[in-house]
Amino acid sequence: MLILTCPYCGVAADETELAPGGEAHLRRHGPDSSDSDFEAYLFLRRNPRGLHLERWRHAHGCGKWFHAARDTMTMEVLGTYPAQVTAPPPEIVHASDADTA
Amino acid sequence: MKHYSAFAIAREALRGHTGWERAWRKASPKKRYDVVIVGAGGHGLATAYYLGKNHGIRNVAILEKGWLGGGNTGRNTTIIRSNYLQDPSAAIYEKARSLYETMSQDLNYNVMYSPRGVMMLAQTEHEVRGYRRTAHANALQGVDTQFISPERVKELCPIIELRGPRYPVLGALWQPRAGTARHDAVAWGYARACSDMGMDIIQKCEVTGVRSENGQVSGVETSQGAIDCGKLCIVVAGHSGHLAEMAGFRLPIESVALQALVSEPIKPCMDVVVMANTVHGYMSQSDKGEMVIGGGADGYNNYTQRGSFHHIEETVRALIETFPMISRLKMLRQWGGIVDMTGDRSPIISKTPLGNCFINCGWGTGGFKAIPGSGWATAEMVARGEPGPLAAEFCMNRFREGRFIDESVAAGVAH
Repeated sequence: MLILTCPYCGVAADETELAPGGEAHLRRHGPDSSDSDFEAYLFLRRNPRGLHLERWRHAHGCGKWFHAARDTMTMEVLGTYPAQVTAPPPEIVHASDADTA
Repeated sequence: MKHYSAFAIAREALRGHTGWERAWRKASPKKRYDVVIVGAGGHGLATAYYLGKNHGIRNVAILEKGWLGGGNTGRNTTIIRSNYLQDPSAAIYEKARSLYETMSQDLNYNVMYSPRGVMMLAQTEHEVRGYRRTAHANALQGVDTQFISPERVKELCPIIELRGPRYPVLGALWQPRAGTARHDAVAWGYARACSDMGMDIIQKCEVTGVRSENGQVSGVETSQGAIDCGKLCIVVAGHSGHLAEMAGFRLPIESVALQALVSEPIKPCMDVVVMANTVHGYMSQSDKGEMVIGGGADGYNNYTQRGSFHHIEETVRALIETFPMISRLKMLRQWGGIVDMTGDRSPIISKTPLGNCFINCGWGTGGFKAIPGSGWATAEMVARGEPGPLAAEFCMNRFREGRFIDESVAAGVAH
């Protein structure tokens, strides 16, 4: 069972208490964007073998959206962080670098 | 290749079974092939087989990271059906189903195709309407399906509880010609036939890089050295994104684990396949007597071939509602396979940004049933350089152009 700690209420929540929200930090394109831009935004995904940054919602808890960094090969969770950012905090990036080194 | 027959069994019985030969040759890579296929699962092997059989292209290598048929080909619930809503899906799945009917004769290998019939239960008014619509669509597509009454459901499968605790059975979409086959035998049969045509099946050979020049693939780097190729075809299911990244393009795919489990073997108690999609579970009985149960797919991408534990409880709960008699069965084995999900839940059989590189992926939770049709269509595309009528609608540009083949609702399995 995957367990993520909600960065808002601090609860270590089982995945049955959470709703997955897919890849994080996708950039939505503006009104003048091309079909290819929108294809990338809507459908193309990194789908990495390794570190994956993703959105989750603490659906059966405080209800907040948040971010998690998880390894898709080992299911190791490298950390969770609030939703109001466009990139992961440096310590998570460093932790994943140390993992792959 | 020695022909398998009743006579061969009798002959070998008389001489202590010393005359059987390997089903396929062990091969080491040559320097160059006309076509290199990455992935020796059902779809890759079927592509190779029809390249040789239908198009006369036999200088072919099939590279496999692990062992032949060890991925999703050996991890599914072996259900074969073609009762899809959309025309392009019905066409390719029906082609596949019809090829399954004669596959044992065609390959001289018993794939144990059993057209025992598949029923998809309608347990809400919406499902009744949806399946009636599918039955009408199937009639126009030439796929033989009917919407049947609850009484007929009970007749065909007496162990079903029509008045379950949550959802009553209101009818079912019934495809009498659908069924199951022996999944390993499909891979082995194709492998034997490909090897017989002179193709090289190279196991434990992982592709580590794709070489390209001027928008054309020139070869692949592998754990067994570099191999040049005239054309490259990527058929690696869950790991398609990884291979595409090596080749320098992205795919509209996310990989998740899908689970299945089997029970201890019991005496024959159901001779049809039943899918209950509202409560989400499906079940059939194997020839060994095990109840073969399909479970849920994870909601988040991963490559663990294991799956979330709670799906087992949800699946078993759904099936006990539907078949109360299984409540005391012990489950023997559980496993997961990495399936490649596209945005519209339909597959991709497509050319790629690299001129001589082709891809077949995105079968998601329903790849086994499609193997022969998929191989047929992919071989046609690789041989001619352009997709034929079966594959054309499944090109990957459809996501950019908005021409989705929307089976999210119609695929029969809640995703």
